[in-house]
Amino acid sequence: MDEIDRRIINALQTGFPISERPYLETARALGLSEQELLDRLDRLLKDQTLSRFGPLYDAEAMGGALTLAAIRVPDERFEEVTNIVNAFPEVAHNYARNHVLNMWFVLATETPAQLQQALISIENQTGLTVYNMPKITEYFVGLKLEA
Amino acid sequence: MSNLDEIDLKIMRATQSGLPLTPLPYHAVAEQLELSADIVIERMRRMQELGVIRRIGAVPNHYQLGYRFNGMTVWNVPDEKIDALGKKIGNLDFVSHCYHRPRHLPLWPYNLFAMVHGKSQKDVDQQIKQIAEILGSDNRGSDVLYSTRILKKTGFRSK
Repeated sequence: MDEIDRRIINALQTGFPISERPYLETARALGLSEQELLDRLDRLLKDQTLSRFGPLYDAEAMGGALTLAAIRVPDERFEEVTNIVNAFPEVAHNYARNHVLNMWFVLATETPAQLQQALISIENQTGLTVYNMPKITEYFVGLKLEA
Repeated sequence: MSNLDEIDLKIMRATQSGLPLTPLPYHAVAEQLELSADIVIERMRRMQELGVIRRIGAVPNHYQLGYRFNGMTVWNVPDEKIDALGKKIGNLDFVSHCYHRPRHLPLWPYNLFAMVHGKSQKDVDQQIKQIAEILGSDNRGSDVLYSTRILKKTGFRSK
């Protein structure tokens, strides 16, 4: 990754036009040719410096439902509970964390009713309490990491 | 989902994994869906205005950029002040997500969540200190959770 890559990454974290020739517009603002920008984006995606490039959709604005939930899993059951939770297609991410609440996962569904159903099913199958922590208010979501 | 129709959803499905890397990317999407490019551009602009599309852009891989220390910081602040405090914390450069979420007493007293990202543990410690200074006496307790293992990570990305 060189200085031009860094400038591309920093510029594209804030937005990209919806227009006829968006790469050309962005390339000009960065002092690059359209083809050079396309080639560099292709490389940055292939080498996984960028995890994706494109529109970021808000699941809830689309009518879907999303939540963060946690479980206090006894150590000796950790693998078993991981397998149960991960088997739910509604579970998008699942992380082990260093806390009494040691399993944290994000659930995403097309409707709020499906979300409630998935939470109940996870409780039933694991026999453990699922602490549901849906957002009440969002103050910021975004990335402004300097490359 | 009152404001969206089947065309919007088709565009969403065609673009949620990424935008084509060709000089006319919206035309490429249009061609694939047998729509006109004007319609795709108009629909996507509208979805962005509605907030259905948060933004179009690049999502860097934290790890690849050297941000290997990612902490979920959680704080117990008074409910009546949380909106003002949450906005301040969300504005910090190193915070990627900031939310008000429910407490679960007595196990979980925290209602303000802020994800922080640093290139070293020292960076993150400094960031936590900075948040604590902003919260001042409204900070009634806090914790930082680090992920010790990724158990599942699918292609799903809403943000």
